[in-house]
Amino acid sequence: MDDRVILKVGAKILIPFILLFALYVQFHGDYGPGGGFQAGVIFAAGIVLYALVFGLDRALRVMPFKVAYVCGALGVSIYLGVGFVAMAMGGEFLNYNALNADPAKGQHYGIIGIELGVLVTVFGVMLALFYAFAGRRRIDP
Amino acid sequence: MSQNLPALLIVVPLLLAPIAALTGRWKAAWVVALGAAWWAFGCSLALLQRVRAEGVIHYSLGGWPAPTGIEYRVDLVSAFVAVIVTTIAAISVPYARTSIAQEVSEDRGALFYAAFILSMTGLLGIAITGDVFNVFVFLEISSLSAYSMIALGRDRRALTAAYQYLIMGSVGASFIVIGIGLLYVTTGTLGMEDLSHRIPEVMAQGRGSRTIAVAFTFLTVGVTLKLALFPLHLWLPNAYTYAPSAVTAFMASTSTKVSVYLLLRFFFTVFGETFSFVEMRLNMVLMPLALVAILAMSLVAIYQENVKRLLAFSSVAQIGYMILGISFGSVLGVTAGILHLFNHALMKGALFMAMGCIMYRVGSVRIDRMAGLGKQMPWTMAAFVGGGLSLIGVPLTVGFVSKWYLVQAALEQGRWFVAALVMVGSLMAVIYIWKVVEVAYFGRRDPEDSVEEAPLSLLIPTWVLVIASFWFGIDASTTAEVATAAADLLVEIVP
Repeated sequence: MDDRVILKVGAKILIPFILLFALYVQFHGDYGPGGGFQAGVIFAAGIVLYALVFGLDRALRVMPFKVAYVCGALGVSIYLGVGFVAMAMGGEFLNYNALNADPAKGQHYGIIGIELGVLVTVFGVMLALFYAFAGRRRIDP
Repeated sequence: MSQNLPALLIVVPLLLAPIAALTGRWKAAWVVALGAAWWAFGCSLALLQRVRAEGVIHYSLGGWPAPTGIEYRVDLVSAFVAVIVTTIAAISVPYARTSIAQEVSEDRGALFYAAFILSMTGLLGIAITGDVFNVFVFLEISSLSAYSMIALGRDRRALTAAYQYLIMGSVGASFIVIGIGLLYVTTGTLGMEDLSHRIPEVMAQGRGSRTIAVAFTFLTVGVTLKLALFPLHLWLPNAYTYAPSAVTAFMASTSTKVSVYLLLRFFFTVFGETFSFVEMRLNMVLMPLALVAILAMSLVAIYQENVKRLLAFSSVAQIGYMILGISFGSVLGVTAGILHLFNHALMKGALFMAMGCIMYRVGSVRIDRMAGLGKQMPWTMAAFVGGGLSLIGVPLTVGFVSKWYLVQAALEQGRWFVAALVMVGSLMAVIYIWKVVEVAYFGRRDPEDSVEEAPLSLLIPTWVLVIASFWFGIDASTTAEVATAAADLLVEIVP
């Protein structure tokens, strides 16, 4: 693949911006279109682009399958963890008002927390799906 | 803590599922699954207790009250169904340890238990949620994890069975979501309680009554697909036959039951009985289908050579009994339906677990491989006979209790013919159970093929269910009382 210089250089320039854009979508989700799901997909797309241009083996070295697997499970736990914190602080499950003395701030923290969970899970699952289809061999955690 | 009980029932297992997946080892995952199942069992018992003492429990998720937010609404019916699901789960996880270790490859063990917990969580969620869209979400959680559990079976045909179930289940799910969408379009709400008020209002204004009728049809077809009512049962026999034994035992006792519960919810709570039974004439559709299910599927069961498949067809027939009870639309009929949910869960669980014991030792559940097992695996075959007696409906078993109520409900409406057909169904059950008993007790086993009794780790859960099916057959007062109270709650008018 050494002859695809333009592709490689292009991807190298683009990937950091893709990952940064994912974070922008993530944190802008409170105010406008966007949020954890889209951000997770975009973040995973950055890795997928890397895998397409530089090959699956190198992508697996950068982001092993195990990471994707753990992220998939970890994000759900973050999401539910926010709910448990709300419950521990005296509200109902996922009642963000309970997270802070000021309900508006509480809602803000809550949304950021669960969207982070969504980001992590979606990123992990998207990447795991891509690895499962791209690698003919069976990949196990 | 205690006011959060409805949420804790769902979210603690939901949190344990990814943890089970993260452990990566099947033994650790099994411990997590055991914790999840027993936790849910304790919670659902506490919930049932509280509902019986205090009445309906409302729980607003996120602190948003019902029409705006999602609400968990636990009444007697939902608490009872939750208890059924968690009882079976609490018994099948200990059983799964030995059985799954043999039937599912070791590196998939952790994922298997994660899927198992998710499936249980989804079923519990359907049982206690008070929001129709939330129902759909939980239905998908439980179904998707069920597809993957079936696909983990050793037999390669498990893959096709899971795929078939995936296609049929997805058609059912999309019908359900279409129905929910149509309801939302006409009424602008998704809460079950809110819908039950809004639907009559909208109908009274004379707009959208056709849309609501279409929504009703979509929901009915979608849910009956999920609960495998004849003729929408085609996915069930293969799925039950080729799934790992512990999965079959768990699914046969819970997933179709929860779908029956869902049907009750939609017919009686959301649409109301007048609409479902008087305007839409539901009993004209359900009763013939239920009777055909009982007779035709029992007949098919008689000709099966694979006992798991035989029991799967018998399950379709038994679902017919539940639907038959509901189709009467009377308190007694619905009581019979709800009772049979619980009773059938006990007996089918026991029967499929006995099959798992045979699978563990013999490696096959074909009838011709069972010759002489009555001598070599006496406890396993005795459990099979115990469950079989219940399936037939012999007095002192749970099967008798549900058929007693069912026949009473039929006679109450003067339907002698239906009552007679229920009896015929029971006689057919005698034939297919006898077929297995005859081979196992009177056949001679090839001395080279001799086997040992199943290990205690499999026998104890099996026998817990067998003894329970006799216990609740002899003393049916608790279950009958809960079922009657639940039916009273659902059925408001007596047509």
